[in-house]
Amino acid sequence: MSNLNFLQPIGRTFLNALAGLGRLTMFAGAGFANIVRPPFYPRLVLKQMIEIGYYSLPVVGLTAIFTGMVLALQSFTGFARFSAESAIPNVVVVSITRELGPVLASLMVAGRIGAAMAAEIGTMRVTDQIDALSTLSTNPMRYLVALRLLAGVTMVPLLVVVADIVGVFGGYLLSIYKLGFNPSTYLHNTFDFLKTEDVVSGLVKAAVFGFLVALMGCYHGFNSKGGAQGVGTATTNAVVSASILILISDYIVTELFFSR
Amino acid sequence: MIANGKASGTPKIEIRGLTKAFGPKQVLRGIDLDVGQRESLVVIGGSGTGKSVLIKCVLGLIEPDSGSIKVDGEETIGLHNADRERVMRKFGMLFQGGALFDSLSVWENVAFGLMSADGVGRREAKEAALRNLAAVGLGPEVGELFPAELSGGMQKRVALARAIARKPEIIFFDEPTTGLDPIMADVINDLINKCVGSLGATALSITHDMSSVRRIAHRVAMIHEGRIIWQGPIGEIDRSGNDYVEQFIHGRAEGPIQMPVRPL
Repeated sequence: MSNLNFLQPIGRTFLNALAGLGRLTMFAGAGFANIVRPPFYPRLVLKQMIEIGYYSLPVVGLTAIFTGMVLALQSFTGFARFSAESAIPNVVVVSITRELGPVLASLMVAGRIGAAMAAEIGTMRVTDQIDALSTLSTNPMRYLVALRLLAGVTMVPLLVVVADIVGVFGGYLLSIYKLGFNPSTYLHNTFDFLKTEDVVSGLVKAAVFGFLVALMGCYHGFNSKGGAQGVGTATTNAVVSASILILISDYIVTELFFSR
Repeated sequence: MIANGKASGTPKIEIRGLTKAFGPKQVLRGIDLDVGQRESLVVIGGSGTGKSVLIKCVLGLIEPDSGSIKVDGEETIGLHNADRERVMRKFGMLFQGGALFDSLSVWENVAFGLMSADGVGRREAKEAALRNLAAVGLGPEVGELFPAELSGGMQKRVALARAIARKPEIIFFDEPTTGLDPIMADVINDLINKCVGSLGATALSITHDMSSVRRIAHRVAMIHEGRIIWQGPIGEIDRSGNDYVEQFIHGRAEGPIQMPVRPL
């Protein structure tokens, strides 16, 4: 058997990965189930919603406006080669609503909110505060995790609505003031070309991404151990894994919506 | 007061054959321990001998590998949801580091269980919290502060107030005097005696502070390498006839307990 020993690490890694996936799935299931189970904590849900939805506005707005501007500028320099400048409004609005609005806004939220959640919950874990919740007859999954998942799923789509509008506006500003487009023609082209499906698919993505960001923040925070260093690792893992999952699920949702 | 713990009736907590391993590390190797009604039992033992794991198993925070834990004669291992919460309702716990919620003010910490789990209104819960703070010698002005603004001793007292706020039947104390100066440690010991006495509660503590043991224990059990190797009333601890206990209570480096330290 010893000549097969080299297979051991492969198998062990694979089994560990499966076990981790199983733990994550059970964690997500327990978190979701607790959203609908009383007692509810409306004050805390509101606090999380404000934290995600309101305080992320400046970051998301800045990201969106510059993305819209760059998009218009890049499209212009590219499309001018084959005299297709008139397609800029269409390119901007479709790219922003379908793709860049949800993805970039969620990545910013992952950095802001995912990290904060992992750090807060992780610190609570290593200082026994989560155990203390249990001894005070309070389910930590409900008190900490469920309401963050709820806030993530509901608030990130709202942020993306803002990002869509600001992003399209950024493209508009640049096209009007730098590239010399006619304002009314630009707006007309923008809304003529836009379909409900573009926006809806973007918002579905946003809900998925919001869930993933909150889930990663909570999961890594909840399972952090070993003091300050453990909390640091948890925070890093939360942001990195949320970002990667956003990009992967972005592909999957796009496939589901548009591959027909 | 029950001095020997062998009183009649079911013990408040009855632990049998409790084992727990973390990976290859066997922490508890079959713990048998009874805590009588209204008795204060202190478990002593060195660091890493399984004291904290034992207490977390009883609290249901860690699931043991095998064995039985009965509270008031009712098996608690394997209880879930509503049943688990009903049993947990009997418990209060003072964590080693206090484990105060740093996002909440002091009075909200103390009133947390009342508001979150027992459905007591904010105003009423605040009054109860201030009464409990007074019971541990803290004025109402402390209630408005946040845990980070308090000294270590004050944090411990707030944590004690939180542990007793819901009038638990059983209170667990995890290293209640660790990290405190000797005078504050004695204040905490006093408060523990007072609170446990006035609630008529059963107390299970873990510590390695011998002066604390002598102040709060009715009975002492010593844990070593995951087993209870000696137990008896506090009065007998100085004539236990057990080398391990002798070494521990006198704090000697030489003896049957070998610390994993390389010689210099």
